[in-house]
Amino acid sequence: MADKKLTVARTGNEAMAEAMRQINPDVVAAYPITPATEIAQIFAGFVADGLVDTEFVTVESEHSAMSATIGAAAAGGRCMTATSSQGLMLMAEMLPIASALRLPIVMPEVNRTISAPINIHCDHSDTMFVRDSGWMQVYCEDAQEAYDSVLMGIKIAEKVRLPMIVSTDGFIISHCMANMDLIDDRDVKDYIGKYKPQTWLLNPEKKITIGCLDLQDYYFEHKMVAIDAMRNAKSVIKECCEEFGEKFGRKYGFFDTYKMEDAEVAILAMGSLAGTAKVVVDNMRKTGRKAGLIKMRVFRPFPADELARAVSGLKALAIMDRSDAMSGLEGPLAVETKAALYDSAGKPKIHSYVYGLGGRDVQISEIENVYKDICDFAQAKKKFGENVTYLGVRE
Amino acid sequence: MEKRKMGWKELPDADSIEAGTSAEFKTGDWRSQRPVFHGENCIHCLTCWVVCPDAAILVEDGKVVGYDYDHCKGCGICANECPINKAKGKEDISKRPITMEDEKNFKNDI
Repeated sequence: MADKKLTVARTGNEAMAEAMRQINPDVVAAYPITPATEIAQIFAGFVADGLVDTEFVTVESEHSAMSATIGAAAAGGRCMTATSSQGLMLMAEMLPIASALRLPIVMPEVNRTISAPINIHCDHSDTMFVRDSGWMQVYCEDAQEAYDSVLMGIKIAEKVRLPMIVSTDGFIISHCMANMDLIDDRDVKDYIGKYKPQTWLLNPEKKITIGCLDLQDYYFEHKMVAIDAMRNAKSVIKECCEEFGEKFGRKYGFFDTYKMEDAEVAILAMGSLAGTAKVVVDNMRKTGRKAGLIKMRVFRPFPADELARAVSGLKALAIMDRSDAMSGLEGPLAVETKAALYDSAGKPKIHSYVYGLGGRDVQISEIENVYKDICDFAQAKKKFGENVTYLGVRE
Repeated sequence: MEKRKMGWKELPDADSIEAGTSAEFKTGDWRSQRPVFHGENCIHCLTCWVVCPDAAILVEDGKVVGYDYDHCKGCGICANECPINKAKGKEDISKRPITMEDEKNFKNDI
């Protein structure tokens, strides 16, 4: 395996659609929304061209898209959909149903901010809005990672039996073309294997009822099953990432690290910012600053212990959030990372940043200033007035 | 003694349970009105069987034989939709295949 390397140029959306073609799901139900429209549109082309066997359902809204996907998954199919922003908001009611019914739906998502004001560009507000819906969440830096994560997602979701969102940054990744390696169609087919649900509605041998009324005496126990699945998901993700690395040569984890071995200060970021930050880490290293980067990939389940170990020994950490939790505190990544570090000895000084809301561009110079500021912060040469800085907002 | 309830580790897959459990849930005692079947007036078109939301119309060999009063909620849709009730029943109530009667007159049956 993996000897037939096919290097191509693909946008993030094309890469995710390509993964869906190779997965050949039983059912895809989708509704268009910028900037994720292309994923289902390109996939619909594959259906029309007879390249997949998928039943493609054109629905009247994202609520229906998720409902149809849930119904088809409950019937026993391998099912997918794709969305973004307001579409994900409209799906929100159905998302915890997918997770509580333990349906392994994998959904490519393109991160776009949420209204109001109306805006089609990138930030992570949409997926962060549904972070407690029981879906696993993986944030990707580029088209290659998005493609690989969708393929791995099928395997992980079907083993954990929880749904997964795999997201890219809207336009920055979804619409920009980059070199990437495709895996051979047959190798993907062998890798993901045939889907074998444990129970399914169209099984005449074992008739079941799902989604029934469940009040004070059993709701808690049923919810506990899904909670436990999310707690166990980490070990499955770890195994699947290792297996994927061995088979196809690209290694992934809960997060990826860049020059962290001897780092004294680091940035913790998600999505496309990681690419920019790597350039800045190299620049910082040239000026003698021991800078590193942790790129968070898996936000749900939250890899608290692993993250605590990765940042222990750092003098200072900057946490970059591309959304605000609107809690009066900080961004969600900052809040959860701090919670993860509460019991940890040797935790670094932390300052968090909220950046890039509504697609506001982030320049290399701005990230350089973040590194410089936390270097000074580490050496007690700089104090921040608040725990969080809103980077690049005009006052 | 109260029946021991299962813990979360003993539960069946997700929130799925075996099919057909609604049969165990007797909804007949919700009734305030009861449909009463008069077989001599019935043409066995099975309209009532189609429209009954609780599958409470009992049919044998293609003919209506009565009601499953354990599950009939007394909604009256059968009596309302019955074509004979609509046609002949308007002139003569004694020609109706289905009449709705006060449940309190039957309370000893429940």
